[in-house]
Amino acid sequence: MSNASQTPYAIETRGMSRRFDQSLAVDQLDLKIPRGTIYGFLGPNGCGKSTSIRMLTGLLAPSAGEINVLGYQLPAQAELLRPKIGYMTQKFSLYDNLRVDENLDFVARIYGLTRQQRQQRCAELLALYELIPYRQQLAGSLSGGQKQRLALAAATLHNPELLFLDEPTSAVDPENRREFWEHLFDLCQQGTTILVSTHYMDEAERCHGLAILEKGVKRADGSPQALMADMGARVMEISGENLRYLKQQLIAQPEVVSAAQLGTRLRVLVKNSVPEPQRWLQNHAPGSLIEEVRGSLEDVFVVVTGGRNVG
Amino acid sequence: MWVRKNWLAVFSRVGAIVFKELKQLSRDRMTFGMIVMIPMMQLLLFGYAINTDVRHLPVGLINLSQSSQSRDLVAALEASGAVRFKQVYASKAEAEKAITLGESKAVLYIPADFPQRLFSHPNYPGNNNRAAWSHSDPQQPIAQWMVDGSDTMVAASIKALRNFPLAEITGQAYQANPAVLEVVQYFNPEQRSAVNVVPGLLAIILTMTMIMFTAAAIVREREQGNMEFLINTPVQPMELMFGKIVPYVLVGLIQVSIILGIGHVIFHVPVRGGLLTLFAAALLFIFASLTVGMVISTLVKTQLQAMQMTVFILMPSILLSGFMFPYEAMPAPAQYIAEVLPATHFMRLVRGIVLRDASLTGQTFDMVWLLVFTLLGLMFASLRFKKRLD
Ligand SMILES: Nc1ncnc2c1ncn2[C@@H]1O[C@H](COP(=O)(O)OP(=O)(O)OP(=O)(O)O)[C@@H](O)[C@H]1O
Ligand SMILES: [Mg+2]
Repeated sequence: MSNASQTPYAIETRGMSRRFDQSLAVDQLDLKIPRGTIYGFLGPNGCGKSTSIRMLTGLLAPSAGEINVLGYQLPAQAELLRPKIGYMTQKFSLYDNLRVDENLDFVARIYGLTRQQRQQRCAELLALYELIPYRQQLAGSLSGGQKQRLALAAATLHNPELLFLDEPTSAVDPENRREFWEHLFDLCQQGTTILVSTHYMDEAERCHGLAILEKGVKRADGSPQALMADMGARVMEISGENLRYLKQQLIAQPEVVSAAQLGTRLRVLVKNSVPEPQRWLQNHAPGSLIEEVRGSLEDVFVVVTGGRNVG
Repeated sequence: MWVRKNWLAVFSRVGAIVFKELKQLSRDRMTFGMIVMIPMMQLLLFGYAINTDVRHLPVGLINLSQSSQSRDLVAALEASGAVRFKQVYASKAEAEKAITLGESKAVLYIPADFPQRLFSHPNYPGNNNRAAWSHSDPQQPIAQWMVDGSDTMVAASIKALRNFPLAEITGQAYQANPAVLEVVQYFNPEQRSAVNVVPGLLAIILTMTMIMFTAAAIVREREQGNMEFLINTPVQPMELMFGKIVPYVLVGLIQVSIILGIGHVIFHVPVRGGLLTLFAAALLFIFASLTVGMVISTLVKTQLQAMQMTVFILMPSILLSGFMFPYEAMPAPAQYIAEVLPATHFMRLVRGIVLRDASLTGQTFDMVWLLVFTLLGLMFASLRFKKRLD
């Protein structure tokens, strides 16, 4: 197992768990993440995304379970793994009182690049991540988006095989978020495996594979398309009068997973056990306009977490 | 993969940390200022303030005699430079109250029969024969000092006035009693405190700044989240420790220069043993202190805790190292504790070098001890430093 290139999976875990005092932050997580893909951890605050990533980078020892990353057993072989992975932490972890170029130079030295390699690689990254205008600026004075690009540059400086990104776009506007993902797809194209955590549905939808986490437990996994296809519920939208009252009524029905108001419409998830949801709903909401719509990842999330995360 | 697996990579990583640390230090004006200001301020403050030779002590007076003799005694005592009479009290009760309130540290009581006592005292010039005084108590003193004994320094210097030569009062030629034990001052002939205090301050200031800076330097990275990135790189604990220490060795040497410079210019403290010897000893001590900082940084979680631990080491270093009290006069348990502290060993080294022209070869034990302490500390710190978050 020590030969890294033999395993088809970049990350493989069985029963990975982590306990803090009394609470289980991560509970029996099984993962199989193929090489060369972008894999997402989707889940609300405190569901164990960061804790999982820390165990997969060897920064935290699991309380139970087996972890194999790029063919190395963790946490025992963490030191051998280090040169091959990059990690962009949730909180900005470069030095606020160093300039942009000084931060990159520091990271390059830490990875033991020669002087020539250093200069070449830093210039390359500054250009790629559009940091040239800010290279003389202290990292602490950068905007959220600029900091995030600098952090990505630092995490990828040594061309890692596997890249961990912990909520990389939490401080970034939608425009920059799109550009950031373009960079990720470029990296993926060059053969980098990427594991990214997020609580944005639109981001999760871009991943090749996805694990939905809640309270440390994996509720579902697969490709976003497969997850939406096998959701186990159908998505109906109702427009009409008295939506608030209707919502109260529908939520009380065992066949309804959730009902959420979106402006003038009510988005209702009806379990697959109801053969004809349109007619079934018509009975409950006579006179309203009802149509079936395509399910989104958010709907999947609501279904697999049992509607507990949506009002 | 670009990661080189050889000593060049080790060099590159240590260099990266040294370089980065120096850059950050140069941007941190506050810390930079403290590096220079702490030794300057403390030296000026303590160099002047710590003065064990008590001079011109303000005291009180009860003069029930009001004779010319009693006035002569007061004048003679003031002329000796030991005391200065600031307050006058009418009675012993009044003086006792003043001492209790802390108004006066000592009061001289001159009884009404002072002239008679003076003339009948065996030490009074002319009274060389005890037999003539059989009618009165030959032990009877001529006057009395009432002293606030809670201040031992004051009490000791007043006690020294017990055998004040009576010839001073009468203006006759002073004839000292032959001493039983003769004292010859070998070093520090003028008996100045500063000569002893300045080298001691070198040890204390270095203890404080060196431990504090390194302990904080590592803990800060943990607190600010830099460590989570750093420990995910190939950097090794030993490299990190070493890279963190080197910049502060420079800082320490700068402080040594400042202290010795000021000590020499303002307090005229000599460096008899040679500057090179002194810097060699200081270097050893700086390494030992930085190691203590490293060890602390692996034990604590926050910068505040690091500060508290620094004080925890600093207090015994001030009190037990021989800076405040002579090592030889301390009870055995205190000596054992003192023996563990690097400051004690450096205190011996530096006083030897600065004041007695002692060479390092004569103080091998202290040197070796500092070296061993450093190596053990570094080993402990790198073993304790885990590249983990838990
Ligand atoms: N060092 C720690 N000590 C104790 N509990 C911890 C520790 N780290 C995490 N936890 C707990 O573990 C759970 C999961 O935390 P984690 O940081 O992994 O969540 P997350 O999914 O990354 O959340 P967020 O989206 O807010 O970053 C939380 O309940 C948290 O309180
Ligand atoms: Mg997190």
